[in-house]
Amino acid sequence: MKDKIEKIIIETLVELNEELENESLENPSSITKLYGANGGFDSLALVSFITDLEEKISDEFDKEIVLADEKAMSAKTSPFRNVESLTLYIKSLLEN
Amino acid sequence: MNQIIVITGTSKGIGKAIANYYLEQNDFVIGCSRNESSITHPNYRHFSLEVSDEKAVVSMIRAVKKEFGKIDILINNAGIASMNHILTTSVETISKLFNTNFIGTFLFTREVSKVMMKQKNGRIVNFTTIATPLRLEGEAVYAASKSAIENFTQTASKELAPFNITINALGPTPIETDLIKAVPKNKIEELLNKQTIKRFGTFEDIINVIEFFVDEKSKFITGQIIYLGGVNN
Repeated sequence: MKDKIEKIIIETLVELNEELENESLENPSSITKLYGANGGFDSLALVSFITDLEEKISDEFDKEIVLADEKAMSAKTSPFRNVESLTLYIKSLLEN
Repeated sequence: MNQIIVITGTSKGIGKAIANYYLEQNDFVIGCSRNESSITHPNYRHFSLEVSDEKAVVSMIRAVKKEFGKIDILINNAGIASMNHILTTSVETISKLFNTNFIGTFLFTREVSKVMMKQKNGRIVNFTTIATPLRLEGEAVYAASKSAIENFTQTASKELAPFNITINALGPTPIETDLIKAVPKNKIEELLNKQTIKRFGTFEDIINVIEFFVDEKSKFITGQIIYLGGVNN
């Protein structure tokens, strides 16, 4: 499941970066930083990304999830800070 | 025109009147209420849900997106009122009011905005009340829940502006619907007397403001609160 989630995150990143053309998001991997210190996203890009991702994950796993978290905008503990933390966060939502 | 319009609280009163108005204009209306649909029309879809039920709201909006591919307008009409003195108001009443009025408005705004941000266009209309600016005795909790909606509308207008989504609120005066059925006659008279124009509102008065907010030409109008009957904040 973890690999599948990461694959979807990376695909979504690649698609979104066609618009953003952000160098730090080129060739994304599990260590790619997303939001917060040195992350490739500002808050507007983050919400666009989260919206795309929510839809793909819900379709793929046939379970409706909402990517909303009180720590979303925290630089240090946001589940959206990098690809790996986001993968684990989504995995926990799907398992709940 | 065939706009896709989501309206909450369509089983009766203002919500039903707005839904019927847009159905007559050949638009598609997707409504919801706690109970079964009271509207039968080929362009109408109904979801039975609690507007504060996050899962149900998420499912509804995803289903709408799947069927129609877009949402042009969201009208957050669903609301409940309560008249009571604060000394005899229960915590349960507060939860009920804030769940339906504020959390319902919040959830629909969040989920529908996700659809609208992709199309880079959208109009959201929320509902407040003149009880809020008038600080009406007996409506402390109801008015507070609507006050939350007003402030939310204004902040949301800033967060949603980059996606060309406008969000405004309309504050009706009492109109003769179920919501005020239980209010004593003299209380209503007293309230009407506090308005600049001292009469009940009508569905047409409300639809007129909604039409202004959702008009294509109103793209420069956002974060605004308009009260009917000449009431000011």
